[in-house]
Amino acid sequence: MVESLEAARAQVPGVARKALSGNKAVAMAVRDLDVDVVAAYPITPQTTMVEAISELIAKGELDAEIIHVESEHSAISAAAGATAVGARSFTATSSQGLALMHEVLHIVSGLRIPTVMAVAMRALSAPISIWNDHSDVMNARDTGWVIYFTSSAQEAYDTLVMAYRIAEDPEVRLPVMVAYDGYVTSHTTEPVVVEGRERVLSFAPKRVTWDKLDPDNPITVGTLASPEYYYEIKYQQHRAMFNALEAARRVEEEFARVFNRRYGLVQTYRAEDAEVALLVTASYWDNARVAVDRTREEGVKAGLVKLRLYRPLPVEELARALGSTGVVGVVDRAISWGLPNAGPLYNEVSTALRDRVGARFQSIVAGIGQRTMLVEDFVKLFKLLYERMRGDRYSGETLFYGVRGA
Amino acid sequence: MSSAYELRMKNIWSLPRGELFHGGHNLCAGCTAGTIMRHLLKVAGKDTIVVNATGCVEVSTTPYPYTAWGVPWIHLAFENTAAVASGVEAAINALKLKGQLDPEKEVKVIAIGGDGGTFDIGLQALSGMMERGHNVTYIVYDNEGYMNTGIQRSGATPFGAWTTTTPVGRRIRGEWRRKKDIIGIALAHGIPYAAAANPAYPVDMVQKFEKAIQTEGPSLVHVLMACTTGWRFEPRLGIKVSKLAVETGVWINYEIEEGRLRVTTPVPKRKPVREYLKLQGRFAHLRDFEIEIIQEMVDEQVERINKMVGKQVIGPVDYGGDGKKGA
Repeated sequence: MVESLEAARAQVPGVARKALSGNKAVAMAVRDLDVDVVAAYPITPQTTMVEAISELIAKGELDAEIIHVESEHSAISAAAGATAVGARSFTATSSQGLALMHEVLHIVSGLRIPTVMAVAMRALSAPISIWNDHSDVMNARDTGWVIYFTSSAQEAYDTLVMAYRIAEDPEVRLPVMVAYDGYVTSHTTEPVVVEGRERVLSFAPKRVTWDKLDPDNPITVGTLASPEYYYEIKYQQHRAMFNALEAARRVEEEFARVFNRRYGLVQTYRAEDAEVALLVTASYWDNARVAVDRTREEGVKAGLVKLRLYRPLPVEELARALGSTGVVGVVDRAISWGLPNAGPLYNEVSTALRDRVGARFQSIVAGIGQRTMLVEDFVKLFKLLYERMRGDRYSGETLFYGVRGA
Repeated sequence: MSSAYELRMKNIWSLPRGELFHGGHNLCAGCTAGTIMRHLLKVAGKDTIVVNATGCVEVSTTPYPYTAWGVPWIHLAFENTAAVASGVEAAINALKLKGQLDPEKEVKVIAIGGDGGTFDIGLQALSGMMERGHNVTYIVYDNEGYMNTGIQRSGATPFGAWTTTTPVGRRIRGEWRRKKDIIGIALAHGIPYAAAANPAYPVDMVQKFEKAIQTEGPSLVHVLMACTTGWRFEPRLGIKVSKLAVETGVWINYEIEEGRLRVTTPVPKRKPVREYLKLQGRFAHLRDFEIEIIQEMVDEQVERINKMVGKQVIGPVDYGGDGKKGA
């Protein structure tokens, strides 16, 4: 948080800096991207974003049609319909809303409709919880969307700008999801550099790069594919994901050049010489960085790696970031039921890097239903991992941190 | 009649000769859905975008890499057609306002769904579309069941009909509930135009399509689609069965324009429902007392419509000969 404040203050004069929550920062990005159609259904904790977008439209600051859909299923369907005729569309949701969209998420990526959605991440029911974890996005991880986890209001704003560039890249043409932690990011007010429409649109100009529904050039979208064709179409979709990875790398570079803010698909903090590292996503990046410093003060060489782009998985960047680490704790905020190693991210990362890095991986589940993770909790995790490494005691099972009765 | 609409389709000769719904599709021989779609596009013309729900028409007209559609066409899923159409319409409005589409060029948005995709799984999205007032023409082709998946009952299946999920046995004797009133539901949203049409009356049907398309705001045309496969009649009888539906009062061709109901195919003397039922295998199990129940249901429906019109536009049943009901 402190760092982003300093970064914000260091900005060139003349660029507006506003106090915005994650949700409101995203609304400003929607304005600056000159989105044509917004279709959204209110759900906590996404709601304040839809309110902010409605305000922008009401005040005439955003020239967009807003569709007050009757469900999230219709929200994503309407957004897809809008993009299919050549509009820039946007939707946003959380939790049950993302689950209700699930069917259509697959269809949108399968039809290669380049829309963008923001997700203020929230735990899935039951029991119903309005609080944060990543079970909603993890449930959507194989829907063929490009998925970003972002850590701050600024990063959410910036990533939304990048998202349209990637989605609309003619070599990609895939939908993009920009996720951030419900409440922790969605409702926390931070200083945000708002670049304004001119700068944003010159970075992400509106060009219809996809085949649109046009009466002068009629096309048929959403056909029935027999076993003779279906496999190839889905394989092309898989390949497009790797084009998205290339595009994401290019866009990150260009973004850093133009706007002077650099993220990377994977970010690291004191990871170069770390003996123990945690791999985290989204808002854990903040507390865990402070924990790295404290742990190092106590003599343990701790380091931190943040995964920003989750789908497609940037394996090269991850391998570089974790190459010299002895043990890596992968912190998941979702549970893959019935697996001894129950962290979805753990399973993916440890499999992808198995033959590329020498590190031992430990699955950690934390923060389920927003069980709070303070700086000292991350310090504890670093120490625990360090002790296990020294004693060569790996359980081969998930460490459920912070749960009673484990 | 006085009407705000300008009808180009005066008679069958007014229909454009060109086709935008092309032959060679995979609809069943004798399927009346093809007839409906073909006429619809003749009226709509080329500046049209079609949004289609999953169902018979969707699956039969777009087997990759082929298409029967000469206009832009999109299909996403079963239950979201009205939502996709809402997005298409909103996008056209937005792009016109921003000058990214020619504001002078009229592009019609037509959503098409079967009875399952409309009465049942798509009802929520349809309700949203109508309530929000999108300028979309919604066409529901009603074959009274899930025919594409192999003849299962839907909320549109009529009383007494055999389907694979309302089979005929000792405890169940076909569908035991009434058909849902989709036009009543649509009208409850205050939409400016709704109509019931039937391909056996093609001029009436295309005029309703024309009015629906010309309507500013949401409109719905409910079209009876006699299904040779699911209703179990010979493929050559589709139009005959459709016509009998009107002649018996089982189906009433009517429209509601700005709240005013008009029966477009008056039937001075009705045929007994038995005439309609006996051509269809799905009703073959019905006994006299069950046919009598259906007759009473139709009588009630006719009475209700006559009352709404304020005069007897649909007449009594003409049993012929000695006037005995069991004839």
